[in-house]
Amino acid sequence: MPTIEFTCPDGSRRTVEARAGASVMETAVKLGVPGIVGECGGGLSCATCHVFVDVDQIDVTGRATDFEEEMLEDAMTPPTELSRLSCQIAMSDALDGLRVTIAKEQQ
Amino acid sequence: MTGCVAVVGAGQAGLQLATTLRTLGYDGRIVLVGAEPGLPYQRPPLSKGFLAGTVPHEELELRDPSLLAEQRIELHAGRRVVGAVLDRAGGLLRLDDGSELAFDRLGLATGATARRLPVPGADLPGMLTLRSVADAEQLRAGLADAADIIVVGGGFVGLEVAATARAQGRRVTVVEAADRLLARVVAAPFSAHVRTWHEARGTTVLTGAAVAGLTGTDRVTGVTLGDGRTLPADLVVAGVGASPVTSLAEELGLDVERGIVTDVAGRTSHPRVVAVGDCTVQPHPHAPDRLLGIESVNNAVEQATAAAAVLLGHEPAPRGVPWFWSNQGDLRLQLVGISDGYDELVVRRGGSAGEGRLTVLYYRWGRLIAADVAGNPRDFTAIRSALAEGRTLDPILAQDTDVPLRTLLTEARGLPADAAARA
Ligand SMILES: Cc1cc2nc3c(=O)[nH]c(=O)nc-3n(C[C@H](O)[C@H](O)[C@H](O)COP(=O)(O)OP(=O)(O)OC[C@H]3O[C@@H](n4cnc5c(N)ncnc54)[C@H](O)[C@@H]3O)c2cc1C
Ligand code: FES
Repeated sequence: MPTIEFTCPDGSRRTVEARAGASVMETAVKLGVPGIVGECGGGLSCATCHVFVDVDQIDVTGRATDFEEEMLEDAMTPPTELSRLSCQIAMSDALDGLRVTIAKEQQ
Repeated sequence: MTGCVAVVGAGQAGLQLATTLRTLGYDGRIVLVGAEPGLPYQRPPLSKGFLAGTVPHEELELRDPSLLAEQRIELHAGRRVVGAVLDRAGGLLRLDDGSELAFDRLGLATGATARRLPVPGADLPGMLTLRSVADAEQLRAGLADAADIIVVGGGFVGLEVAATARAQGRRVTVVEAADRLLARVVAAPFSAHVRTWHEARGTTVLTGAAVAGLTGTDRVTGVTLGDGRTLPADLVVAGVGASPVTSLAEELGLDVERGIVTDVAGRTSHPRVVAVGDCTVQPHPHAPDRLLGIESVNNAVEQATAAAAVLLGHEPAPRGVPWFWSNQGDLRLQLVGISDGYDELVVRRGGSAGEGRLTVLYYRWGRLIAADVAGNPRDFTAIRSALAEGRTLDPILAQDTDVPLRTLLTEARGLPADAAARA
């Protein structure tokens, strides 16, 4: 199972295993990793699953789509080039060891 | 503090109540009893990705069992509570296996059940409703070998099912009794926009069309309308709303009016009992003497979070701005605030907003109270922040789609009562 290393809003780190196919948001919420809300459950409607992908891995996850970018534009934590809505990143073996930093404020 | 909180109903609201009790530091027993088998799950994908087959079952589940174990939440799945009594110290639940469970505080999160069509033939096989994962599995199997699908009811669930079925190449007809789609929740320009989207994809939309009955002998073969016409159907899906489940609350003597009467934080008429989610009705934000049923994930989560604080004797956090989403194929709708009671409308469309996008802003006494947004997340986030911060938007300037809404937000003056009611 691919792993994800989260840096939580309080600075703590947590590494968890993800089901292949599960999104980063889903993995965090189900395991109680703090900081990701995921209110719309992956519906790409709430923007409460904002993360920053490690700079070395953004090419593997891919960058935010146009719609995602629009959702993030006015996010409470200002977006950067590395911002993604984590419900839109599906875990796979290619992403094993993914490192993401959870945005401090969601919405 | 020891003791036991019992939560009846293990859906979105019940799970949130149980887990929040623990994160707020409650150390006693938490028992979550749910009539459906399996882990607590989210319903929104049932009419969308799960029905389409793109979202697997695991993705519906709200929490991993390891987290529930870690939080010491005792889940009794597949168990129905069939009776309840309250006494001075707490009360007792009776379960359908004959066992009993004593509690000192109680949460009711019994949700709602899909309404059935009140017409002859409504119990024929091939006539389905959609509320549970079991319903969705049945519907998905039914869609696989049906050619003509009739969706009765042009509300969110019905339209989502219609979009999913149409994307699979089925012939789809939506039959709506009102004169437009989503008539109870959105203004006419928004209804028209949604209708155009569905019609452009080949769905037939009949409005002002009442269903008189279903035809068929051993399974449904058609839908007869009020004007006498019969439309052929291999599968009929009724999306005609849901009724709050209130039987336990009634048995306990709580105030019930359509739903269990609560405040925004889930307090019922009994100090040891909270009720949360779709089973409740709560004060209308613009008309506090009226009661409103808010069937949304946002309400389930926020009301349950507040109710957990209430049960522990803490002050609940103020409620945020209510919002809802509905995805119908690539038509993405985001509704924010509560529009009913508006006296002025502003429509933003065209220009630089781009094709297929529409925002309808609702005003009351000159002040922004809500918006319905199609395909324009920038407008949605700007309006959500405006409402959360008690700000408004000039209704004339807001019509100019070349100006981003977020640059137009100004402090709302006067009439602070509405803002206070929203908080
Ligand atoms: C198809 C569909 C699509 C939706 N899409 C959206 C959407 O896109 N966006 C959105 O915001 N909202 C959506 N909703 C609404 C949202 O899912 C509900 O508001 C939410 O599920 C309410 O949660 P709840 O916990 O109050 O009720 P429920 O999820 O209904 O859970 C109640 C649970 O209590 C159980 N129960 C009842 N009585 C008993 C008893 N006596 N003993 C034990 N258990 C009992 C029931 O079996 C049920 O499992 C949708 C709903 C449906 C059905
Ligand atoms: S969970 Fe809502 S946008 Fe990602």
